[in-house]
Amino acid sequence: MKPVRFDYIRARTLAEAHAALTNGDDDARIIAGGQSLVPMLSMRMARPTVLIDIMHLPELAKIEIKDHAIRVGAGVRQAALLAWPELTECQPLLAAVLPWVGHAQTRSRGTVCGSIAHADPSAEIPLALLVLKGAVELSSQRNRRRVAAEEFFTGLMSTARKDDELIEAVEIPCRFAGHGYAFHEFARRHGDFAIVACAAVARTDGVRLAIGGVADYPVVRDFPDINGDALDDALDHFAVDLDARDDLHATADYRRALVRRLGRATIEEARRCRA
Amino acid sequence: MTTIPTSWCGQSIERVEDGPLLTGRGRFIDDLGVRPGTLHAAVLRSPHAHAKIRAIDATAARAAPGVAAVITGADVTALSASLVVGVKAPIECWPIAVERARYSGEPVAVVLAGNRYLAEDALELIEVDYQPLPAIVDPLAALDPKQPVLHDGLGSNVASERSFRYGDPERAFAQAPHRVSVTIRYPRNSCTPIETYGLVVEYDVSEDSYDVVANFMGPFSLHAVMARALKVPGNRLRLRTPPDSGGSFGVKQGVFPYIVLMGVAARVAGRPVKWIEDRLEHLAASVSATNRVTTLEAAVDVAGRIRALAWDQVEDVGAHIRAPEPATLYRMHGNLTGAYDIRHVSVRNRVVLTNKTPTGLNRGFGGPQMYYALERLMQRVAVELKLDPVDVIRKNLVPSGAFPYRTATGATLDSGDYAKAIEVALARGDFAELRERQKTARAQGRLYGIGLTAAVEPSVSNMGYITTVLTPEERRKAGPKNGAQATATVSLDPLGGVSVHVASVPQGQGHRTVLAQIVADALGLKPSDIRVVAELDTAKDPWSIASGNYSSRFAAAVGGAAHLAAEQIKTKLARAAASQLNVAAHDIEFVAGRVRARSNPDNAIPFSRLAAAGHWSPGLVAEENRALRETVFWTPPELTPPTEKDEINSSLCHGFIFDFCGVEVDRVTGAVRIDKYVTMHDCGRVLHPGMVAGQITGGFAQALGAAFYEEYAYSSDGAFLSGTFADYLLPTTTEVPTPLILHIETPSPYTPLGAKGVGEGNCMSTPVCLANAVADALGLASVDLPMAPGKLAAHIHAAEKSARRRV
Repeated sequence: MKPVRFDYIRARTLAEAHAALTNGDDDARIIAGGQSLVPMLSMRMARPTVLIDIMHLPELAKIEIKDHAIRVGAGVRQAALLAWPELTECQPLLAAVLPWVGHAQTRSRGTVCGSIAHADPSAEIPLALLVLKGAVELSSQRNRRRVAAEEFFTGLMSTARKDDELIEAVEIPCRFAGHGYAFHEFARRHGDFAIVACAAVARTDGVRLAIGGVADYPVVRDFPDINGDALDDALDHFAVDLDARDDLHATADYRRALVRRLGRATIEEARRCRA
Repeated sequence: MTTIPTSWCGQSIERVEDGPLLTGRGRFIDDLGVRPGTLHAAVLRSPHAHAKIRAIDATAARAAPGVAAVITGADVTALSASLVVGVKAPIECWPIAVERARYSGEPVAVVLAGNRYLAEDALELIEVDYQPLPAIVDPLAALDPKQPVLHDGLGSNVASERSFRYGDPERAFAQAPHRVSVTIRYPRNSCTPIETYGLVVEYDVSEDSYDVVANFMGPFSLHAVMARALKVPGNRLRLRTPPDSGGSFGVKQGVFPYIVLMGVAARVAGRPVKWIEDRLEHLAASVSATNRVTTLEAAVDVAGRIRALAWDQVEDVGAHIRAPEPATLYRMHGNLTGAYDIRHVSVRNRVVLTNKTPTGLNRGFGGPQMYYALERLMQRVAVELKLDPVDVIRKNLVPSGAFPYRTATGATLDSGDYAKAIEVALARGDFAELRERQKTARAQGRLYGIGLTAAVEPSVSNMGYITTVLTPEERRKAGPKNGAQATATVSLDPLGGVSVHVASVPQGQGHRTVLAQIVADALGLKPSDIRVVAELDTAKDPWSIASGNYSSRFAAAVGGAAHLAAEQIKTKLARAAASQLNVAAHDIEFVAGRVRARSNPDNAIPFSRLAAAGHWSPGLVAEENRALRETVFWTPPELTPPTEKDEINSSLCHGFIFDFCGVEVDRVTGAVRIDKYVTMHDCGRVLHPGMVAGQITGGFAQALGAAFYEEYAYSSDGAFLSGTFADYLLPTTTEVPTPLILHIETPSPYTPLGAKGVGEGNCMSTPVCLANAVADALGLASVDLPMAPGKLAAHIHAAEKSARRRV
């Protein structure tokens, strides 16, 4: 369980990181907290020739509020965001989600943007970004762009990021008055990736529900303000559309059952929080 | 039982092991330096469950940077012999695939290079031409004579079949008004130590000898297996153990085939070889417990009294019968009636080979598989006869006052009071309140169940029990095997210090602390006066084939041997003191660091002065009283070989466990919450209550893993599915509630200190106790492990009725 040989560049400036990405063709990888990448290196599932460390760039280590959104830089560790004093006030859903991300030990190293870049289908942070209509700021030597979360996740651990781009920050919208937020997850053990994770935002005219752990990437759906059997039917359609698969930990049937039941519980809780 | 005058034993003194471990100063195998020039090994493993190896091309690997050698099956067969197989069958067992790979993860080639990175790089350059063959995964499929055969010499995949009959089971079944039966598929799992296998091996060409440092745990009967495989006399295989070993739970017994494999590799390369197993290798290809299919039937009278048992066990040992298998199947043979007084038993045992990793020692060793069937059966008897499950247990128990009690299958239950232990547990664990809780929960529509288990926990294995797999005729031919020899040495240095050595090889249990307590008690000293060394060197230290740290033998056998060695040295010192103090030897006592006349305590000499005399002035001490070093080899006479009728006293000591629990199953997720867990133990005399609590708590946590999370899963084509800790789930501290631990003490009459083993019991009792509770909560007749929430939810949720369902 030893990685393939690679070069390591500790970027001193953002420009240096961009240049290294461009020069590395598609064999360069950004490393931040390394909580997913390092095991993949050790198992030789990832075989980059260059690793570019961006954790020594102070400009990326910032959490700020900008245009009614929390802007989290690529150097911000999950534990730092969780400890940020304004978190619950600014975005209660994020505050509810972060304790479910791995364990205290992995959160003390893992970064918020790293989780988004890795795009595990069961990961909680991508799910929150999606349901909250967040965005990802990408930059490269030649370009900068902003991609909405709904366009960012494109497949199983694949994203809209180009090979020469890095995630500079993510923007997570702050709470809106009158909106209710809720999150539920079921995993085999505390800290595991979710079998099913549900995040909901309830407005007066409808509800937005995102599901993680079932499809290849988190999937969101907006529902009108329905209840009773109509909501059950809508959730059933959503559950089926996610194309759940069997794996070692759960069958597709079981995942659909959890989407219906946990999804409903999450929506109802979000509605209660709206008041 | 010998009376102990002072009482360090029984106190939870601070563990001498903990300081170094908690401050990162442990010395594990990978912390030890190696000689310059040592090569690092990486192992290429079969991706196929079953395949013919047509060719191996290692040309590119041999030419890769830093690579010194590549070893394949051809080198191993040329320079070593097959590992001895424990059944009479014309089959071979090599530590590497020879012309055929029989399980996913089986070693196919070994690369030796300057470091592990280079070695792994070169692995990718080896080209193996495999011809995949059909794989057998299900043990019942292995019984089918039409299936492909794993070992041609065997002609089928059944490596051993024996039937046994004790009492008159046919008559008991014919007369019984009720028959109750269960069929169990017990899964594969393992206790996964935090430190994986590791070894450093060197071959000395001038002496044709091997020098090995490995985190092997015993039993040292395997030393003989390794020496034979390496084709050297035992004295040319020097096996040493590092000072610390990071857990084993039986599993590190399984490093032994790698000692042989890397021994050959070191010989081929002419340089020392180091190999540290990584976690992927460990999960795929170390060892696991056996999976087993059991059908157990009981003949029951109208009152719920069980008159006879009929066992049918199909044991899946994986791709090879690797020593000491099929021991997992026979370890419990004397205990097939559990805690119950059942005089008529029939047994059919079949050992089958499948395309899975070979099995080996694992905490509980045969107990989890056996008790899962027996205690599920007890619950079913209560359900089917509409009786109270507590009463069904009670009325079948070996009665108080019947000890020592000889079981139908030959074990001698040394001591106990099972009925009392149960009554104490029900009272102190407030079983009545638990039943109220269940009633309340059910009235609210919640899924709440109660489970119970009674179990006898065997410890100190009889080295002869494994020969029960042979027929009496085969045993006669092979010669008797029996006993459980333990050894301990107590020595005195020129400053009067006391050192203790044992051949036990701890993996974190705290042996050094307990041995210091035992010897301090004997010599009237403080534990801090005693220095204990527990690493083992087969070239210099006393040891025997039963040495090692397994079958919960430490407190009973090794601790007992240390006590006897200390008493032996004390007897000599007392005689020497008697002549110096001018009193009779029986008037001498050892108290608080002084040796004195009991009748006149002022007539005394310091212990250290007396102890040093054998060094400084041996001429002044009568020869028979000279005490410098005493080694005791102790074996209990009760552990005799199997009788002509196949009765076997498989273990020396038998502790008793009674567990009960309350669980609630979540209606939405199927997840199980343990509301309450009570575990009563009688493990004889308790030497260190804190460590006993640690053993019970640790066993409970691993049992919870077996119950809910852990399975070495294989697909139907033999692909291994549990290759990482994201797939093979261990319970963590947040998943493990704190059980209520209770004790009564009935000392063993057969061990020097009255102690019995306690390390494995909950691995036997807890999985089935939880399963009984889940079965009660959901009203299930049959439940197999692991009880994953999705599996349970399928019993709770109505069948999916979505019109838009896609399949």
